[in-house]
Amino acid sequence: MIITKEKPLEEIYASIADCKKVLFVGCDGCTQPPRGLKEAETLAKLVEMKSKMEGKPIECRFTTVVKQCCDESVGNLRVQIGDCDGMVSLACGVGVQILNKVYPEIWTRPAQNTMFIGSEEIRQGPMYEMCLACGDCILEETGGICPVTRCAKGLLNGPCGGCVEGKCELPMEVNGEMVKNDCAWYLIYHRAKELNRLDLFRKYRPPKKRALAMNPRRL
Amino acid sequence: MQEAFSELAKKIKAGEFVYTGELEPHNLSTEIGDVVDWAKTLKSIGRITAANVTDNPQSFSAMSSLAASFIIQRDSGLEMVYQLRTADKNRLALASDILAAAAFGLKNILALTGDHTHMGNTPDAKPVFDLDSAQLVDLIHHMVYEGTDLSGNEVQGPRPEINIGVAGNPNQEPLEIEVLKMERKAEVGADFIQTQVVFDVDIALTYLESIEHIGIPTFIGIFPPRSYGQAEFFDKFVSGVTVPPEFLKTFKEFKAISDKAERKKKIDEFNIDYFVNFVKEIRKKKNCAGCHIMAVGYPDVIAPIIEGAEK
Repeated sequence: MIITKEKPLEEIYASIADCKKVLFVGCDGCTQPPRGLKEAETLAKLVEMKSKMEGKPIECRFTTVVKQCCDESVGNLRVQIGDCDGMVSLACGVGVQILNKVYPEIWTRPAQNTMFIGSEEIRQGPMYEMCLACGDCILEETGGICPVTRCAKGLLNGPCGGCVEGKCELPMEVNGEMVKNDCAWYLIYHRAKELNRLDLFRKYRPPKKRALAMNPRRL
Repeated sequence: MQEAFSELAKKIKAGEFVYTGELEPHNLSTEIGDVVDWAKTLKSIGRITAANVTDNPQSFSAMSSLAASFIIQRDSGLEMVYQLRTADKNRLALASDILAAAAFGLKNILALTGDHTHMGNTPDAKPVFDLDSAQLVDLIHHMVYEGTDLSGNEVQGPRPEINIGVAGNPNQEPLEIEVLKMERKAEVGADFIQTQVVFDVDIALTYLESIEHIGIPTFIGIFPPRSYGQAEFFDKFVSGVTVPPEFLKTFKEFKAISDKAERKKKIDEFNIDYFVNFVKEIRKKKNCAGCHIMAVGYPDVIAPIIEGAEK
């Protein structure tokens, strides 16, 4: 699923400060944490309250769609848009772009920073980046652990010398705390050993075909 | 080793026990004069065959190691091991630098991945890592022996004549990971290994034994510390390096000596004694090609360590 992080309220408000009526559009698709009707309503109310406090009231409405990443799915928003002069999308960066494409007369602003394709261990729990959509999956060779994503350097022949006690050399800030991720290649080594396939760990992998991930891609 | 192009490689091939040093261009500085002077000092010792020139160590930007290697080699007469890391350059830029190295008369490249760019003084830089160190070895090997880059494009003019070094990490746990990695690097054409700093001779010996079957000549890295602070720094902050408790304890005792000259004398004596024995032990191993002495700014002990180890 696509993991997003809500932008600060100040930033969202600043992006629509010149509007009079704004439609907040949630997405019931893969965006996580959930960014559907309830979240659209909460954000719309917060922005409306803030605009009143600032003395420049904005009328905020809200709705949601099944998925914002499909022109057809967002095609029936016309009625809700009505006379709105701005929209805010709670979807990932794809949704924001689709709303701008399907409704070019209204400028849609993002409410989220799109973070990564990831997973969570429990619902609403911590989220982890798992896939970079590199277009050349080698999970069958690495015991189901992606080094392209989960190794900070994306090495195909790891680990590097920075792997200490199974941890990556690179400290990462997570919610204000500095943590060190597990070294992906350390995990791959142990997984390969468990599967009795150390030959796969030992194998030299030639450089990646970066052309497969040349953006913007089409299928 | 397929061919020996450099003095370093020729000596390794001749079975000589070889010493290499290390030079570090200053962070974000255009000054290189004192680094050249340090290279001259290393050369004057007489037993240092080559010196590495670091490439943006710890991801702090310094003068291009390619330019620095060229200048230092030209002005000091000491052969350089040009360190090249993949953290900052894609395969196109790396191939350019390999061609330039050949034109500059550089004969050794140490192929490195490098510390993550986020760890240095420009944390928002885009990390490149288009290739990893094994793939860089593959690229250099292709250019030298096949006369092509990794896309099959042909090198025009004489092929580069370069020997390829790789970094080893005797401190890796479990060591099997490191052994398998070195097997990979050997497969793609590494000529020699220079290791991360080792303080514990048993770790060095175990390492040499574990990779003996691969048959790559190996230099063990040592770093005689000038103070307790330096020794402690390695123990605490350098990835994967541990300093034996007894070693640290001794340096802590030296720290308590108030007379500066007396303290230095004791530290020098200890380092010389400790590392002479260290080198004598490692050189008994067939695959130990030499010792990589990383003692930047501490010339006093290098010559005595080498002299002692050669007795």
